[in-house]
Amino acid sequence: MVHDLYQETILDHSKHPRNCHAMAGANREAEGYNPLCGDKLKLFLKMDGDKVVDASFEGSGCAISTASASLMTETLKGKTRQEALEMLEKFHDLLTTDTPVRQDLGKLVVFCGVRDYPARVKCATLAWHTLKSALTGAEDVASTE
Amino acid sequence: MSTLSSRVSAPTPAFGAFDVERIREDFPVLKQTIHDKPLVYLDSAATAQKPHAVIDAIRKFHEVDCANIHRGVHELSQRSTAAYEEARGKGRRFINAKYRNEMVFVRGTTEAVNLVSSAWGRKYVKQGDEIVITALEHHSNIVPWQMLCEEKDAILRVIPMNDRGELLMEEYEKLLNPRTRMVAFAHVSNALGTINPVRQMIEMAHAAGALTLIDGAQAAPHLKVDVQALDVDFYAFSGHKLCGPTGIGFLYGKNKLLDAMPPYQGGGDMIRTVTFEKTTYNELPYKFEAGTPNIAGGIGLGAAFDYVNGIGLDKIAAYEHELLEYGTEALTRIPGLRLIGTAREKAAVLSFVIEGIHPHDIGTVLDRQGIAVRTGHHCAQPVMDRFKVPATTRASLAFYNTFQEIDALAAGLQKVKEIFS
Repeated sequence: MVHDLYQETILDHSKHPRNCHAMAGANREAEGYNPLCGDKLKLFLKMDGDKVVDASFEGSGCAISTASASLMTETLKGKTRQEALEMLEKFHDLLTTDTPVRQDLGKLVVFCGVRDYPARVKCATLAWHTLKSALTGAEDVASTE
Repeated sequence: MSTLSSRVSAPTPAFGAFDVERIREDFPVLKQTIHDKPLVYLDSAATAQKPHAVIDAIRKFHEVDCANIHRGVHELSQRSTAAYEEARGKGRRFINAKYRNEMVFVRGTTEAVNLVSSAWGRKYVKQGDEIVITALEHHSNIVPWQMLCEEKDAILRVIPMNDRGELLMEEYEKLLNPRTRMVAFAHVSNALGTINPVRQMIEMAHAAGALTLIDGAQAAPHLKVDVQALDVDFYAFSGHKLCGPTGIGFLYGKNKLLDAMPPYQGGGDMIRTVTFEKTTYNELPYKFEAGTPNIAGGIGLGAAFDYVNGIGLDKIAAYEHELLEYGTEALTRIPGLRLIGTAREKAAVLSFVIEGIHPHDIGTVLDRQGIAVRTGHHCAQPVMDRFKVPATTRASLAFYNTFQEIDALAAGLQKVKEIFS
């Protein structure tokens, strides 16, 4: 059923996205683009050494991509660079493999329904692709393609 | 949704002489359920579904007549050649071209445009020349001309449109000048449904001394095309949008223009004689048909012409117009829904946005109700920019759609609103 995809948490975060604003004093920024649907996203990180102390985003997209960016920025705060990149891998596995859902993803498990909607995986991963380029310093716009 | 149905002219299974239920019997794909709901296919502008007649023609070719065409003396080769060339003749009659050698088989509309921009453009376009296109083009009628302009240091001009999605003819007039070499435009916009005043646009281009190319991908399946009456120089269309298979279509070109153009691709079939010193090229249209073509596709397309002619484009256009009016009224009644593309002359395309709900979410929720629509930029990003939307949801209708299916779309959109409001 379609409610498996649009779980309550996802609808809540898409309608009321958290951390949805530009950030003064950010020391890492990256832009993401999904050419399939035209969604654009800008991610702001404030890093203290190796640690993410604040994260926010700007941009508009579908419910899945907005909720994903919102939940990602909430999750990132306090994580080290390495922990964030590991989380990205786990999140990607959650969406694209049949492996059992890992509870250490916390709230992000609400996206497990996306695996039944292959056309929507890129919506859920846009924010995370952008995170990767923010953390690894790639200068190009992150693309889901 | 009975309240919706009762307000507009009553939808009945048989609309006048148009028996849509009988027509639907010809399309096996329509008899299925998607996510336990009857399939409602509203994506015919992307590709039309195929009737038994087309499927059977392709099957018969592979089961009974399969051989390469031209130059074969054996029976199968003669049969396949005859069937393929017969399809060319059917294509000629379908758009009323004067000569069959003006009908070049191509992969589809995209290849047809590229053929002209490459073969004609390379020979005739010089530095500082101008090519005119429009603001409502599909990428396939933008990018080939951009590539040509970049290569030749020529200038690309764009005819703007108004908020309904209609071209501004007075602006078009201003763009024309002695440097204009080509005016290339869609007959019908895929993203908006606008039917352009092509006859007038051709006359204006010719008066300025420019040639014309029409992207007919969205027109050929829905309205009668007569290239002689239009006096258009090139007309491109795809088979798969008029119930034929994918990977086959036609470029029509006036034969004096095609004759003067250099070949597009080199290879077998497009030559007359080959030596290492010099090659002479085949006559039209084979000069532009290098390599073994999509034989089964051509034969399938021939069957599609017969099928569509059997129903009659006049009847198809009239019925689809009824569907469009019914659909326009049904969608307009949904609060927060805005139609993108409200031209006074319009084909059966309903492109729309709903306040606060992204088209991809609309598309996914509709899909779970068995309703197939397209969401995104429809390969027309400049159109999206013009209307300041990232994407739209598009329901595109064909003669096998019903009034009940439009009711299902309206009901599906109510469900979308329930989830996301």
